[in-house]
Amino acid sequence: MTYIPHTEAERSQMLAAIGVKSLDALYADLPADVRFPDLALPEAASEMEVMEDLQLLAEANLHVRQASCFLGAGAYNHYVPSVVDHILRRNEFYTAYTPYQPEVSQGTLQVIFEFQSLITFLTGMEVANASHYDGATSLAEAAILSLNHHRGKRTKIVLSAGIHPQYREVLRTYLQGQPLAIVGDGSLADDPASHIDENTSMVAVQYPDFFGNILDLEALGRAARDYGALLCVVANPIALGLLKPPSEFGADIVVGEGQPLGIPLSFGGPYIGFFATREEYVRNMAGRLVGETVDSRGQRGYVMTLTPREQHIRRGRATSNICTNQGLMALAVTAYLSTVGRAGLKQVAELCYHKAHYTAQAIDQLDGYELWNRDPFFHEFVVRCSRPVAEINEALLDHDIIGGYDLGQVYPELGEHMLIAVTELNYKEEIDDFVEVLNEQG
Amino acid sequence: MNRVEPNVYELSTPGRPSHRFPDLDVPFAELPDKMLRDHLELPELSELEVTRHFVRLSQLNFGIDTAFYPLGSCTMKYNPKVNEDAARLPGFAHTHPLQDTKVLQGNLALMYTLQEWLAEIGGFAGVSLQPAAGAHGELTGILILRAYHQDRGDPDRKKILVPDSAHGTNPATTTMSGLSVIELPSDKRGNVDLEALRTECDDTVAGLMLTNPNTLGLFEEHVEEVIKLVHDCGGLVYGDGANMNALLGVIRPGDLGFDVLHYNLHKTFSTPHGGGGPGSGPLGVSEALLDYLPGPIVDTVEPGDDDLPPLYGLVMPKKTIGRVKAFHGHFGMHVRAFTYIRSYGKSGMRDIADHAVLNANYLLAALRDTYHVPFDRTCMHEFVLEGRFEKAPGVHALDVSKRLMDWGFHPPTNYFPLIVQEALMIEPTETESKATLDAFIEAMKSIAQEAEDHPEQLQTAPHTTAFGRLDEVQAAKELVLCCRPAELSTAET
Repeated sequence: MTYIPHTEAERSQMLAAIGVKSLDALYADLPADVRFPDLALPEAASEMEVMEDLQLLAEANLHVRQASCFLGAGAYNHYVPSVVDHILRRNEFYTAYTPYQPEVSQGTLQVIFEFQSLITFLTGMEVANASHYDGATSLAEAAILSLNHHRGKRTKIVLSAGIHPQYREVLRTYLQGQPLAIVGDGSLADDPASHIDENTSMVAVQYPDFFGNILDLEALGRAARDYGALLCVVANPIALGLLKPPSEFGADIVVGEGQPLGIPLSFGGPYIGFFATREEYVRNMAGRLVGETVDSRGQRGYVMTLTPREQHIRRGRATSNICTNQGLMALAVTAYLSTVGRAGLKQVAELCYHKAHYTAQAIDQLDGYELWNRDPFFHEFVVRCSRPVAEINEALLDHDIIGGYDLGQVYPELGEHMLIAVTELNYKEEIDDFVEVLNEQG
Repeated sequence: MNRVEPNVYELSTPGRPSHRFPDLDVPFAELPDKMLRDHLELPELSELEVTRHFVRLSQLNFGIDTAFYPLGSCTMKYNPKVNEDAARLPGFAHTHPLQDTKVLQGNLALMYTLQEWLAEIGGFAGVSLQPAAGAHGELTGILILRAYHQDRGDPDRKKILVPDSAHGTNPATTTMSGLSVIELPSDKRGNVDLEALRTECDDTVAGLMLTNPNTLGLFEEHVEEVIKLVHDCGGLVYGDGANMNALLGVIRPGDLGFDVLHYNLHKTFSTPHGGGGPGSGPLGVSEALLDYLPGPIVDTVEPGDDDLPPLYGLVMPKKTIGRVKAFHGHFGMHVRAFTYIRSYGKSGMRDIADHAVLNANYLLAALRDTYHVPFDRTCMHEFVLEGRFEKAPGVHALDVSKRLMDWGFHPPTNYFPLIVQEALMIEPTETESKATLDAFIEAMKSIAQEAEDHPEQLQTAPHTTAFGRLDEVQAAKELVLCCRPAELSTAET
């Protein structure tokens, strides 16, 4: 298959216009000894053949539409209304570049402005940017904001062990070149508040936490404020359809994974990280921002603004190296929230909540299982099993059920504990089947 | 005609029936009253209102599928439609990243093969697909350089050399990694200045970041010598693969001695730019750096035989710098890039580079007499012109760009690279036909003539687009980043 349109005659005319005899002659500046390697790649194929190959690969997977899925742990199986993908497939959106030329990019710019607005209101904060790669990298960028805010004078980051383990890992990867202490997540017994001191740049928690718990963050917010540390809350956006926004606990930064808002699981990406904060920190914020303005004809319009923070202007002194945002994923989130609206988001959150509680209660009553959560939880909860989780999941797979996350993999104190997620896509019958198989495997 | 589209909050009507989810089929559980929110400011629209809103917004946009988009350094090539269908196959689109890998062998086989293909195309020993974008790949690469020196007991290597023609992400990445930037000047032919490089090469150099072809669209003529100088002083060479489209099947950066390189799947391998993302920035490394790659990467855990395919698994390299994002990278982009490479195949790789380079040189040859060319050599896949006119000193590159919109073209990249005055950076890509290029040449020549005859036509352009020039100063001064509360209260009453 090729998408190159040139005919032989056109190629000859073009080479003549350039004044060379062959295509090879265009590469005279390149070292001759390594030119034109013989690549070990498959031969070209027609679209029909390529699609057959891909179909075979796709069919070698078990996907969540062929099974019941009770796996979450940072990626959630939600329903995406049809209209969302139809909007994403508008060619003018998905084949556009970053909106550097606002006169011909008002579509993308207004979508980002609306995305910023929706995230601002959902989190209860004052400003939101145009997005990050995912929830994990938005947490890392929050830490960098806090360090810049304190002008590098504070060198401690406090993380709760209840933050997604991979997010904490990514934050550590990002900051490995900086002389910092990253503490607080050594064990589940650790209380983040006890680590906060006058050297603390940021304290971060997850809401609901990795185990589904809905924790009251009021006291932690106060502790952070007392020492001038920034409070960062990693939030689940579906939960925010029901729960108090983190702004009510005094959050300075709210970040999170936007995937639950209209983005398919897609084996972990592309997703979208959202990032909202207070207006006073806007100049330390990474990533793109779209602002409202007017055009030369007096029409309301939008442009990327406060660009002097960014790498293409400030280079080595930029707030971050981020260049690409997750433009199309921001469109998905904007289309999703516009479609489900105020009532729809609340309804999804409630469906998740009630179904998760129904499931938890049923499992708690089984022999060999016990509900681990002591606090209120949202749509995810932990059960202590009396066998290795991997073995139970193996048995569940035989019934086309994708079981929960094996917490022992990352929390040594939680061997034989399963993290279970329930969403609006789990009907009562499949929950009952799940509980039934668990019972057999108890 | 006023083309302003109301925002979603302005379009909202309280109580408007909208999307319906199934009724609750389990008993109510008690809600934690004191943790509930009392208001939620989200809009309320019917599905038709939503659809029209976004369709109207899309019509205010310009994409590759609209018309020619010669935005330099961005490789705005055609995004094949079959790639979109492939990524949406349910077996790919609806797999959870933490499922048992035994039931995801299709995904892992695809990722493993893509790792192998990218390594082969770039001449590297291994590839991680995890980085989410070009700048993300850069950060990953520089952290790997740092970890390599640390691991060898050489932690004082803190200098990263960056040519003055580099993308802004290069110095920004260096700072983020805790290293310091030393800028290198360019010589008269647009290459790295070898004398300046020699002076900087000492035992404090961690590495050099090199974009090749560079952002002037020129192949670094002394590339082997540049790499040798850096290697001889103990440094490593990072390749910014933003311009890899010129090199497919032509030269492999690994064969030139590059130690690390990020690929931009959204440039070279045709995954759509999406209005600014998602991108995907896999990283290729040499043998010596394999153990530092971010993970997990896909590897065979049990070899296959005649009857059975190999069993793939996710593994963490031994001395990994860690994860750079949650899960496994932008898998949806991996599917698209896989589809693209599979379609073009072995011989197609070189066809891509050949026609990208042919198209760029054809435009350069046609425009060289009309516009000033700061470094006039055979270019690779792109080239830089100066958008300034001796007889029209009040006309700038930006004016040329805006006037091009009236001809129905997307403008080239403006004011980059920084080392060229009034830069217009033009990258046609291989998927444009001669007829399109000829139309663009005609537009560029007419605009140059118009600059002398009617400069105001350029200075006030665009004239035919839905929006005129936007006031960026007002946007930064008044800083409206969110739908105004006034609009909200109107929506709520």
